[in-house]
Amino acid sequence: MKNFVATALNAAQVKGASYADVRLDERVQQDITVKNGQLAAVSDDASEGLGVRVLVDGAWGFAGSARLDENEVELVVERAIRIARASARARSVPVDLGPPVTSRGHYRTPVERDPFTVPLSEKVELLLRADQAMGSVKGVTIREGSMEFIRQKKVFASTEGALTEQELFESGAGIEATATSPDEVQNRSYPNSFGRHQGAAGYEYITALQLDRHGQRIGEEAVALLSADQCPSGVKTLILDASQVALQVHESCGHPTELDRVFGMEAAYAGTSFMTPEKLRHLQYGSPKVTITADALTPTGLGTFGWDDEGVPAQRSFLIQEGLFVGYLTSRETASVLGQQSNGTMRADGWNRIPLIRMTNVNLEPGDSSLEQMIAETKDGIYMETNRSWSIDDKRLNFQFGTQLAYEILNGKRGRLLKNATYAGITPEFWNSCDAVAGKSEWRVWGLANCGKGQPPQVAHVAHGAAPTRFQNVRVGILK
Amino acid sequence: MKSMEVSRLTDTGELKDFISGVLQRSPAQQTEVMVTEWDSALTRFANNGIHQNVAERNVSVRVKVVKDGKTGVASINQMNQAAASDVLNRAIAIADLQPKGEVVPMPGPAPAQPVEAWSDATAAATPEERADFVEAICVKAGHAGLKAFGAYSTSAGQLAIANSLGVFHHHRSTQATVNAVIMGDAGSGYADRGAVDVGELDRDELATEVIDKAKRNQNAQPVEPGDYEVVLEEYAVAEMLEFMSFMGFSALAAQEERSFMRLDERITGENVSIWDNALDLSGLPVSFDFEGVPKQRVDLITRGVARGLVYDQLTAQRAGRQSTGHGLPAPNTEGPFAVNLFMEPGTTAKAELLSDIKRGIWVTRFWYVRIVHPKASIITGMTREGTFLIENGRITRPVKDLRFTQSILDALNGTLALSRTTKLQIGEYIGASRVPAIRLKAFTFTS
Repeated sequence: MKNFVATALNAAQVKGASYADVRLDERVQQDITVKNGQLAAVSDDASEGLGVRVLVDGAWGFAGSARLDENEVELVVERAIRIARASARARSVPVDLGPPVTSRGHYRTPVERDPFTVPLSEKVELLLRADQAMGSVKGVTIREGSMEFIRQKKVFASTEGALTEQELFESGAGIEATATSPDEVQNRSYPNSFGRHQGAAGYEYITALQLDRHGQRIGEEAVALLSADQCPSGVKTLILDASQVALQVHESCGHPTELDRVFGMEAAYAGTSFMTPEKLRHLQYGSPKVTITADALTPTGLGTFGWDDEGVPAQRSFLIQEGLFVGYLTSRETASVLGQQSNGTMRADGWNRIPLIRMTNVNLEPGDSSLEQMIAETKDGIYMETNRSWSIDDKRLNFQFGTQLAYEILNGKRGRLLKNATYAGITPEFWNSCDAVAGKSEWRVWGLANCGKGQPPQVAHVAHGAAPTRFQNVRVGILK
Repeated sequence: MKSMEVSRLTDTGELKDFISGVLQRSPAQQTEVMVTEWDSALTRFANNGIHQNVAERNVSVRVKVVKDGKTGVASINQMNQAAASDVLNRAIAIADLQPKGEVVPMPGPAPAQPVEAWSDATAAATPEERADFVEAICVKAGHAGLKAFGAYSTSAGQLAIANSLGVFHHHRSTQATVNAVIMGDAGSGYADRGAVDVGELDRDELATEVIDKAKRNQNAQPVEPGDYEVVLEEYAVAEMLEFMSFMGFSALAAQEERSFMRLDERITGENVSIWDNALDLSGLPVSFDFEGVPKQRVDLITRGVARGLVYDQLTAQRAGRQSTGHGLPAPNTEGPFAVNLFMEPGTTAKAELLSDIKRGIWVTRFWYVRIVHPKASIITGMTREGTFLIENGRITRPVKDLRFTQSILDALNGTLALSRTTKLQIGEYIGASRVPAIRLKAFTFTS
């Protein structure tokens, strides 16, 4: 397989590429779904291929193929070169990658128990136990649990001399209980929503979730939500659980700090960003309680690796420091425009896609409060937990989120259960209203395995460290 | 040079032999093989120049086996004898290792109505042709003092599905799509096009529409949120229909009591009819689904009354009826999916939809739509790239993008008019909708 790398790089140089990189990517994925007491789906998917990215006359070309033989590799290179020459006819400014990247080495996700060695029966039995726990609650109409395991072997090499090999693992699982009435559908899920809680780890990550211990609770909550009061409309203090904070960080800080968006490279699809370069080191993005880092070294984070897909080493950098906007997520090409060097965030969704700037682990650093303390200090507020819906405009300013569950907070105490809770805001106003972030003991890394970007579409697996967080004067209860 | 670029797909005979080989080799009681192969390219542009330009050739071989009442599914992206053995063995191993579950019945052979969805010109499109197309849009934008952003893609593919009960279906298709955002210093416009045949994409007409929209959408000022009469262009209507499909048109959603569909009740205005028809050549046609069942037309909402749902093999078995040909690839826990939607046009010229509106909003497209309340069909999202205030029957000024939170059924209940023309909107991942622009009595903008 690795012979193909040398073949491709040589061919690219001979055919006129000023720069070329090659990625060999081999991925296996197992998905298991249990639904209503039955094993509903098990699949085992394998994909491998080679992608070649070249620069010719200052313009990019990329081609990939699943077919791995010498002849096809030559054809792929030829295609990439021809595409780059076509790009050069209509490019705006020549690509400048900045200083060369010559990383070399091996990286493997730390794994205690390789998930692909765990018997299928053990995985299914755990999901069935959790399913049974949900089913013990009268009124739960749909029970679903799932697991996903991924092993990806990547080889990256470039004409600058970089050669890295990585073996990356992911393990994820989650359960969800649904209760329905003629007018309502209410879901509760654990540990997160929209499928699973996923991390760069082995099967030990699944075991630690103790799915079966949470089945009954979420079942009871789903049923209780059917008869809960509607979340009231108004402007209130808002406390978010850590998983919802993670998504809030993702949408309102992670995406707008992607420098390719800022430069318009995603304008026709994912959008642009309000965090334009003249605001760098000037915009008070949030309150002094808000420090957000991009940290590809965070243990178990889905954005943790050895090198990005340009060969840049994994690293930690600040995006927001005590509320001040101080940095972007960058690539070699975009960083050089600002006179910077890449902070290693380029990742591709497989061999058949080019790398794009993707969040690594974009973390809201822990504060010094606690959920208990935040509630005790709140006179009139709402506590919201576990995402149900999310939407934000194309500049990442105007957002509205909904959560599965909410509680009223009155005079420092948690009150009645509320359903269909939503909140909305404008990004800098919202983060500047942040007056408390819980501490390390409540801080967790939340994996999001469904981040869409790019044309053709790519899905990235990213993560966010977060803890319960409080915001003041937030508009809640938007539901016609 | 041109011949080198022609999309390279496996010969149909070779494909059939490969699939037959897997079926013959399988020791399972029932086996299904699905092969999807595609050769696609996409040229992306920003700031009036090409900045990303890609191509891929890929294949997916998906094998489902049913053995002793247990089902296993495996896939691989290689099509050779070693891959065939590997994928079959993995599917068998999965089946052997698991407890018995609910078995989704495989369909028997049934004739599928052939549909043409192939264009030699699309399959043979070159990088130079894509660059020329893009460059023309960029030059026009530049001459207007604006900047162009977007993507232009061409692809060719084939889908074959066969099972051990004798089903074999094969479909070749091509697709060409282009979307463009044109930006000025203080606003932007949007347009897109899609077709089976690349020759149907008229770059000058597209550029004229989007540049005009961008010019008119400069220096937008805010407007008070609230309930407005609206005109939704086809871009927004198609997205609304896709969310209806996702939330309510599936038999599984109905069986699980998640759907807003109340069959035989009036749920929208009487001038609203929506159906799914993958056999209509004016859509993005395909003659069978991912389970190998021939496609059927399904009337979903007829003159405002909920009339039907789409079924796959599992939901049909549970309902004691036949699949309508809306199954997704195995293993599928999401249920059937209507992805070839049509909305009946009206009699009004699109430009006249606003003529009686005293004060309303013209919406070009939606962005980041998400479900807030599935049973009440409530969605939220933003308007984007062309939101205008309508006063006394004409557009008077652009307004800043608005967030809406709105029940789709409530909105369609107030359908006042539909354009007599329709537009094909190709979905991002699968399928397409052909829809008119519509005028609605009330739409709630929340911020």
